[in-house]
Amino acid sequence: MLKRAHRLFAWLLAPAVLMISYQTLAEKAESLKFNMTEGVTPVSREIQSLHMEMFWWCVAIGVVVFGIMFYSMIMHRKSRGVKPANFHESTGLEILWTAIPLVILVIMAIPATKSLIELYDSEEADMTVLITGYQWRWEYDYVESDVSFFSNLSTPRDEINGYAPKNPNYLLEVDEPLVVPVGQKIRFLVTASDVIHSWWVPDLGVKRDAIPGFINDAWAVIEEPGIYRGQCAELCGKDHGFMPIVVEAKPQAEYEAWLEEKRAEAEALAALTEKTFTFDELYERGEKVYGQWCAACHQADGSGIPGTFPALHDGSKAVGPIEEHIDVVVNGVPGTAMQAFGEQLSEVDIAAVVTYERNAWGNNMGDQAQPIDIYNHKQGN
Amino acid sequence: MAHGPAKGITRWLYTTNHKDIGSMYLWFSFAMFFLGGIFALVIRAELFQPGLQIVEPNFFNQMTTMHGLIMVFGAVMPAFVGLANWMIPMMVGAPDMALPRMNNWSFWILPFAFLMLVSTLFMQGGAPNFGWTFYAPLSTTYAPPSVTFFIFAIHIMGASSIMGAINIIATILNMRAPGMTLMKMPLFVWTWLITAYLLIAVMPVLAGVVTMMLMDIHFGTSFFDAAGGGDPVLFQHVFWFFGHPEVYIMILPAFGIVSAIIPTFARKPLFGYSSMVYATASIAFLSFIVWAHHMFTVGMPIAGELFFMYATMLIAVPTGVKVFNWVATMFRGAMTFETPMLFAVAFVILFTIGGFSGLMLAIAPADFQYHDTYFVVAHFHYVLVPGAIFSITAAVYYWLPKWCGHMYNEAMGKAHFWLAFIGLNLTFFPMHFSGLAGMPRRIPDYHMMFADWNMLSSVGAFLFGGAQVLFLYIVVSTILKGKKATAEVWDNPEGLEWTVPSPAPYHTFSTPPEVK
Repeated sequence: MLKRAHRLFAWLLAPAVLMISYQTLAEKAESLKFNMTEGVTPVSREIQSLHMEMFWWCVAIGVVVFGIMFYSMIMHRKSRGVKPANFHESTGLEILWTAIPLVILVIMAIPATKSLIELYDSEEADMTVLITGYQWRWEYDYVESDVSFFSNLSTPRDEINGYAPKNPNYLLEVDEPLVVPVGQKIRFLVTASDVIHSWWVPDLGVKRDAIPGFINDAWAVIEEPGIYRGQCAELCGKDHGFMPIVVEAKPQAEYEAWLEEKRAEAEALAALTEKTFTFDELYERGEKVYGQWCAACHQADGSGIPGTFPALHDGSKAVGPIEEHIDVVVNGVPGTAMQAFGEQLSEVDIAAVVTYERNAWGNNMGDQAQPIDIYNHKQGN
Repeated sequence: MAHGPAKGITRWLYTTNHKDIGSMYLWFSFAMFFLGGIFALVIRAELFQPGLQIVEPNFFNQMTTMHGLIMVFGAVMPAFVGLANWMIPMMVGAPDMALPRMNNWSFWILPFAFLMLVSTLFMQGGAPNFGWTFYAPLSTTYAPPSVTFFIFAIHIMGASSIMGAINIIATILNMRAPGMTLMKMPLFVWTWLITAYLLIAVMPVLAGVVTMMLMDIHFGTSFFDAAGGGDPVLFQHVFWFFGHPEVYIMILPAFGIVSAIIPTFARKPLFGYSSMVYATASIAFLSFIVWAHHMFTVGMPIAGELFFMYATMLIAVPTGVKVFNWVATMFRGAMTFETPMLFAVAFVILFTIGGFSGLMLAIAPADFQYHDTYFVVAHFHYVLVPGAIFSITAAVYYWLPKWCGHMYNEAMGKAHFWLAFIGLNLTFFPMHFSGLAGMPRRIPDYHMMFADWNMLSSVGAFLFGGAQVLFLYIVVSTILKGKKATAEVWDNPEGLEWTVPSPAPYHTFSTPPEVK
């Protein structure tokens, strides 16, 4: 009975297991990623070789231990008529199998220590980027030049919800990548403004926690131009899975041209603060800003998530005095998830989003904010 | 002299009997195991393919959080306490636990703690959604209002664990039968003694850290709020000072179980008894000085990184000694592979694999790539599922005949084992690959390059879940209508518990047994 059940079971299961493993292996072998990337920096290569070295040590130990174990499970079965031995102690053996692992550990620790020291040496960098994590986006600030911007997920909601086919860079694409030069030692200073995030780009071999109130540092010398993608690695709330990192490494000259372009863009944006916009211009711009910055919490229709993120309807600032509404957006609400957007968004964008919120989804306040109002509010008048 | 249990519900409400309380702990943990399992299946269903199909990201985070909390505090820990309640008095030849009324109390506060924790799912703002590690400030300033209930629930669970631990220590140190010297105690008793000390040492630390959270949330302090001069990293240090010993709390009793089962089915005494005791004690000691290996990427100074890396690597030595001892016990034995033995052997193999990935994770530079990826998820599930869950399952098959007097159906037990074994490996082995390929943990949606591994994991998870339903059926049908078991149950097993009839009478060892 027992044997039969056993055999029946094996017959049922074996083909299923074989089919699954054969299919995955045969069809996917080419495209399937299953090992750590070697990456494009000296550190990432070193980590990868350390990883492989450790892996082979484990395989070797496994072969010995499991080998002996399976040997005795096959040879020393009662059904083979063996009589059990009675030994249960051997001081020599015990010393041996305490000492050998110790030696192996020392052999492992030496290269690990060397790599760690190198990984920690962020001195004498050619340039510095300050990275700040927000719920749920990254800000990049080029410390030596006047360029800073936010980097948001750019995958359309329809792809996430399955209404549109997923593009090849699904969830690993942003509106504005971090652009850096190749061959330069780049120092990353990493911090956060709300909760803890972690900035991770596998190809760079860099993962550093972004912690509010702390500034961590890391570095990379990228050897090949290209686009490298990563993700936030520390649970940071609802959209933790939706704040990717894209690093674009360019040759020095192209990088400098890009930097110049960025600077000009920032100046043009600042000039907009003095312009007066029509209601329709503000509303249209506000709808975009809202979708990018506000909808994740307050939802696309302003209904929020009860108990966590307030709705922007009755009883909220969006239908109260406009001064208070602007204040909430600019300064946030301390002690809650509502951030201060005063530094993150331009005056134009804040004016637009306030106008939008006051007039969308049946909030017919009929009024509007101009960039100059926001500027004045920030100045305290 | 001998009298049976009271009738009706009051038997369970008022009981001070270690066997009744042990059974209640085990059933409670079984229930929590299914609840935590359902949460895990929600996670796996959502991750079956890329895109958001079943749940919202916020609810997904509630599921990962609740899965972790329920499994750690609701399934694994109470199961071990239940086993301790049933077995420790019988193993040391004591009539009952040393503090029977406290025993009742430490069990009965648990259902209320978990009722409160689970009720947060229905509260406005939802259940805790900040991961079972509840890092501040995500779990303080940015938490849903239900966090307060979570804190209270943790306090109650901690009180229950501390009382349970005190009871176990008092029993082992004071209630042993004459002649049962410390170095004659079964290893399950030894490992539990050490575990109990770990519990007493670290549960107050957990209580401390959640109290600091409570103060930050409601009383205006800034322990973990950088804006008020606090330190979010402090939270992690305090949490992991509890958290690392905690993971050994979930594995040391498992070592004891396996050390009881392998000799029985190898028909050969345990190899290196005293080195097993010393190895357990060393692991417990090391567990206090390795906590920051969970925090290699927070930006510690390099001296700190090196210290925690070396200390963590050292754990491999006593753990290795244990594995070698089990293999040496099997070597030149006369083995049979009944269900408890299958689970115990699988424990040794799979726990060792989890140990290997643990050793890789200990290497700080490499951890910068592994940290917070599915590689870590694979690692700790390989130590916890075959470690804690398989050993508890093995213990149930091994001692169930003693508890209820009936033998389980061997063919069904083996079917359970193979389904669980295949399900487990199918679920968790691919996670090594998705992690190395770059998939972060705790995300509800992912890029297509991780799709194949995730699909395999999800299929495996449902298989594993199904296997546990079979387990429930086996346990219930054994209790109701299994074949009569003998007092010895197995082929000449060692230990006082086998000297009493099956089922074990309501009161055992009212007069102490003689220990040679």
